[in-house]
Order: sequence, then C-alpha cells, then structure tokens
Amino acid sequence: MAHVAAIETGKAAAALMRRARKAGHGPKISAALLVAPLLLFVLIAFAAPIGSMLMRGVADPEVAPVLPRTLAALQGWNGTALPDEPAFAALVEDLRTARAAGTLPLAAGRLNHDTAGLRTTLVASGRRLAAPFEGSAREAVLRADAAWGNVETWGAIARARGPYTDFFLLAALDLKRDAAGTILPVAEEQAVFRIVFVRSFWIAGMVTVITLLAGYPLAALIATARPAVAAVLLFAVLLPFWTSLLVRTASWMVLLAREGVVNHALVALGIFGAPQQLLFNRFAVVIAMVHILLPFMVLPLYAVMRQIPPLHLRAAASLGAHPAAAFRRVWLPQTLPGIGAGCLMVFIQALGFYITPALLGGGADQMLPYFIGFYANQTVNWGLAAALSLILLAATVLIVGLYGRLVGFSAVRTS
Amino acid sequence: MAAGSDTLVRFQGVEKSYDGVRFAVRHLDLDIARGEFLTLLGPSGSGKTTTLMMLAGFEQPTAGEILLEGRPIARLPPHKRGIGVVFQSYALFPHMTVGENVGFPLSVRGIGRAERDRRVARALDMVRLPDYGARRPSQLSGGQQQRVALARALVFEPPLVLLDEPLGALDKQLREEMQLEIRHIHERLGVTMVYVTHDQSEALTMSDRIAVFRDGAIRQLDTPQALYERPADAFVAGFVGENNRLAGRVAERDGDMAAIVLADGRRLWARRADAGAEGSPAILSVRPERIAVAAAAADDLGENALAATVAEVIYLGDHVRVRLSLADGAEITAKRPASAAMAGLVPGAAVAVAWQPEHAVAFAP
Repeated sequence: MAHVAAIETGKAAAALMRRARKAGHGPKISAALLVAPLLLFVLIAFAAPIGSMLMRGVADPEVAPVLPRTLAALQGWNGTALPDEPAFAALVEDLRTARAAGTLPLAAGRLNHDTAGLRTTLVASGRRLAAPFEGSAREAVLRADAAWGNVETWGAIARARGPYTDFFLLAALDLKRDAAGTILPVAEEQAVFRIVFVRSFWIAGMVTVITLLAGYPLAALIATARPAVAAVLLFAVLLPFWTSLLVRTASWMVLLAREGVVNHALVALGIFGAPQQLLFNRFAVVIAMVHILLPFMVLPLYAVMRQIPPLHLRAAASLGAHPAAAFRRVWLPQTLPGIGAGCLMVFIQALGFYITPALLGGGADQMLPYFIGFYANQTVNWGLAAALSLILLAATVLIVGLYGRLVGFSAVRTS
Repeated sequence: MAAGSDTLVRFQGVEKSYDGVRFAVRHLDLDIARGEFLTLLGPSGSGKTTTLMMLAGFEQPTAGEILLEGRPIARLPPHKRGIGVVFQSYALFPHMTVGENVGFPLSVRGIGRAERDRRVARALDMVRLPDYGARRPSQLSGGQQQRVALARALVFEPPLVLLDEPLGALDKQLREEMQLEIRHIHERLGVTMVYVTHDQSEALTMSDRIAVFRDGAIRQLDTPQALYERPADAFVAGFVGENNRLAGRVAERDGDMAAIVLADGRRLWARRADAGAEGSPAILSVRPERIAVAAAAADDLGENALAATVAEVIYLGDHVRVRLSLADGAEITAKRPASAAMAGLVPGAAVAVAWQPEHAVAFAP
C-alpha cells in the first residue's frame, strides 16, 4: 500500500512539475520572441560580417580552382627537390586554361602575397607557354621563367592548396613555412608584425597607466565633492564624448603644430628657443590617446568610489590609522574593481586605436589597426588583414579572460 | 560619577559654530568621569553629535579646549587620540573579513600576528560572535555587524569609547537586547563610554548619567532617576518620559514648594523647579503614573485634586491609560495598573484626579 501511495505521490509531483514548467515557459517563450528581432539584427549586421571577415584569415580559396592539375600533381610532393615532369606538364595545362578563362590574375595575386614577384612569374609564364612547344614541359617552363627552378616557388603553390591555411596567421606572427612545411621565422628585414604587436601593447599599456594616474585623483575628487561641484566636474569629463574622435584628434594637431598654441606658449615662456617638432611622434600619440580615453577610466572609478561611504575613512582614523594608511588599506582596496574595469576598458580600446596614431604619430608609432587598414585597403591582402585582426581579437579575449580570472566580473560595480 | 572622582575627559568652554553665525555647541563645560557611562541625549540639531565628533576629533572646536586625561586634544588628529568610535551605520570595511576588521586597529599599531589573533578572538568572544572571524561583514545581520563594530572599537583597549546612535538602525527587540549587552560590556570592562542617542528610554536604560542637550547647550546633567523625578525645566520634563502640563500662575511660594493657580481658580501645590516669582506664569507638570483617578463628586475634592471626565480608556495589558478632559477643556493622561483600574472607568464618567504635591513640578514656561 505504502508503495502504491509513494507512486501516486510521485505521479502527482511529476504532474505538478510539468504544470510548473509549463507555467514558467510561457513568459520565457514570449520574452525570447520579443528579443528575437534584435538578436537576428545583431547576428546579421554584426556577428556575421565579423565572422566572415575573420574567416578570410584562415580561408585560402583562390589558387585551387585556377591550378587544379598542378595541385593534384604536387600531392605527395615532399618539397625538398623540384617536382617531376608530370607537375610541369600539369602547370602548363593549368596556365593555358586559366589564361583562356582570364582567372590567372586571381591566383597570381594570392601567390604574390606569399612570395613577392610570383605575380609576374605566373602571368609571364602563362603568356610564354601559351603557344605549343616541343620537348619536355620542364625545360619549356624553366625557359619561360627561371623562378620555376626554385623549390620555394612550387612550395608557395603547394601551400596555397586550400581550402584552409595557416599561412596568413603565421605571416602575422613573422613566421612562414618552407616548401617542406617546416615553420621558420621570416627574414629579418621582412619581420614587422611582432615589433608592431609589442609596440601596440606598449603604447596601450603606457596610455592605460597614464590614464589611471591622471584619472584616479580626478575620480576621487568628483566622488567626494559637493553634488553641485561634482555635476560640473562630471560634465567636464563627459564633454569630449560629444565631439567625434576625429575632431578631437585633429584639434591636437592644431595644438601641437609647429605654429600651434603649445609651441607658441613654450617659446613665449622661454622654455624653448625655437618651435619644436611636437607632432608625428610617440608623445603626441600618447597625449591624445590619454585625453580621448580618460572618461573611460574616470567613469568606472567614479562609480565605484561613490559607493564607498566617507565614514570609512573616519572609522579608520578613529581606529588609529594615519590618513595615508587609511587610504591605502581602506579606500584603495575598495576602488580595485573600478581600477580593474577602467584599465580593461582603456587598454582594450587603446589596442584598437587607428586614427589617432595615423594622424599624430610617425612611422614608428603606428599600431596594429593601421596595418590591418593598410593590408585591407592598400595591398588588398584581406587574408593578412583578417589574420592580424584575429590575433588582435585573440589577445583582447585573452586579456579579458585573464581579468575575469584575476578580478572577476561580478566585482565590477556599475551605476 | 560622584563629584571629585577621577576625571577622564573635560570640556572647557567649548564652542562650535559651522557658519560663524549660529552655534552648534555653545559654551560647553562637561566633566566625564573615568569608567562612567554618559549619555548625550537630545533632539536632532541639539549639539550632542557635534560634541561627540569634537571628542572623536572629526570636528574642531571654534573655542575652548578638550582635555583627555589632563592632556589637551582639541588640535590632535583623530588617529592619534586612541578613542574608539562606534557609528550608527557600523562602518565595517567590506573588503576585509570580520577578523581583519577587528584586527585592523591592532595591525595599524604594529601588533604582531599571534598577539593580534589572540586579542581578536577575545574581542569576538566578548560580543558573542566567536566563530565569525572568517566571514565577510555582508554575511552578517545588522545586530551582528554592530557587535563586530563594537569589538573593533574595544579591541585596542581604548580608555574611552564613543557610540554615535549605534542602535538606530536596528529593530526594537534587537535594540533592547543590544542595550543590555553594551551595558554589560561596559560593566565588565570598566571602560568609559559616551553614548549619543535621541531615544530617552534608551538613555534611561543604559546610563550612569545623562546630559540633556538643547540648542547647543546642556540643560541638565544628572542620573536617570534624578532626571526623571526632578527635571530641571519644562523641556527636560517633556523630553524625558511622558508628562501632563497644566498652565497657570505662581500664587505663592513656600521654600521648595509653590502653589499654582489654574485658569479656573483651583490651587495646586507642586515642587518648584525653575518657576518664577509670585504672579509669573508657570507650567505644572505631572507624570501620568502619579495621577490617581477616583469616582468622587466634584464638590468633595481634597487638596491637589481636579474634577474631570473620562474621555477614553485604553487597555494595554499590564496597565490602562485613561484620557481625561478637565473642566476648562485641557486634557491629561493617567496611567493606572490594570489591577487597580476601577469598575466605573468608562467614557463619560465624572471622576476626580489627584496627586501628591511632591510628584508635581512647577516650571517657568
């Protein structure tokens, strides 16, 4: 009997659970339907383009349709010596077909990203091998262009087999594979990106530290000022938000120009005898970035500081703590979530700065986004641009993850 | 407590003004004896908190001097005074555990780990939170947080502990529990405590002496009993406990006593507090529990008795409150033990009210 009763109770409980689930589902489904259009919009307008752009960093679709026979012939080639006659014959066949179809420049452009000069090699060979010839394809090809006698030329074609490649990612880290597939550092005069990475992180870090040092006292002042004064100060901090980044950067060009306000002031004060070159250097980049990013440091700090009761410092003093000790042991630790949030926001944004270094910096002050722009717009090497973006994104995710691990996102108090 | 005993704190002509026009505290002379529990009682804005803050060092007096153990401290920063302070909002540091909070005053004094742990454990034992050292303040109830704040203010063994309305944020039951607990800690440690409150029953429960503040000055400084039984003026009588007030004039003075004539001509004798000369207006004050209510005809009233009509009877379990209308329309309230309440006490009944002359006090208005 007891057993039956237990089953009955179990049934009743299950039914109740079902009803509860049903009752709970209704609002959840309608909420999901309400946010669905927005979610869809974000997916279509934001996630999908970024995703497809980043995909270009690993996709390699150009060469395979143009040189299918050559790639088939190179299957199993170990990359230590020139390939055999069939590969040369296949290349001749492919070049003729591609030339007739007009698809040769596509593959030529892609191979030129790998090894400069391959565009010419491919196009010229296509032209020279168009006419029928006698004898071995190998000799004819080598006659058409001496570059075919180099193993690395064949290696470039083999590497561009697709559909996916690590070529761009490796290139973004100043690495490459040789014909045999071994990863090697690129020649020293071609290695630029590691320096750019280090420089980007260095500038972003410097800007973050300076912003923190400047923003902390400012935030503390706003948080402890009388409400009327605090409102004015906060307004002053937020004011730069109302003008565009470009305008703010341009105004620094005006200020720091050779005939600009700062130079005039410095000369008038007798600090310099003649106007100095203040633009197009690291100093100009950093000072403008600090100015632009300061609100992102001040606001989270202010939000956290406002929550600390002023009574805490009094309590600390009454317990015998010197004002410096009270600050260090009671006030400062309570602002750590604000410091973390502010530094995170400033550092990540600083890593992605493009216009400011481009306009105010010299050649040695350009940050990673400049090179992304350069490869996307100037050389139309989207693969490399995407690979650089991917690495920048990965670095950012790594930093955010590290922050979440060390500080924790729940510690970030807003409002 | 008695005059001439060891004085720990002395206020000498202390004045405080925030704007240079009005006084927050005007000319305060006050001696606090070693080991006493002194309460500063008064309505908000009466200067009691300002007095406490000057003692703690968070406010500077505009004139006068404060002596702690004979040492002038008016210009000494708070962290050098060695006075424990307990705030109404606890002011526990949220980023530290309970143990770290209590250990804070010890660690800023450079006391080593082992000694610190020992004293923290002892302080937490004292406030009956022995196993709470590892918790965060946010995990504690309001009453527990205030106990931690108390332990933190006591752990460095200050000679003087200031408490600024420490129980104001707690509910009634917890407040009464904590009142006794603080009182017991005070008795056990023998530490001097200065306590600020606007709650007169709290002041009566806890204090050795109470200083009643009004408009930046002490109106009366006395033991709870003296304050209740012999208030110095009408304000103190009204602020400490309930009282009934009857307006009249001084008709006659006889030593400590004065006869007050009410508007309807009846004469009532009372102890004279600060009532003026003959003919000057006066207020006669009687505590509700001192008023006897009798079913008597108005014409055979005895001395110090008035005819009245019962307006309302409120039963409160252990006692009844009787609201009465006097002949001239004035209202008074009597408080009688429920067991002694008479049968005919119903609204509309004509009764006589009376009290002993020494239980009434005559004040200047």
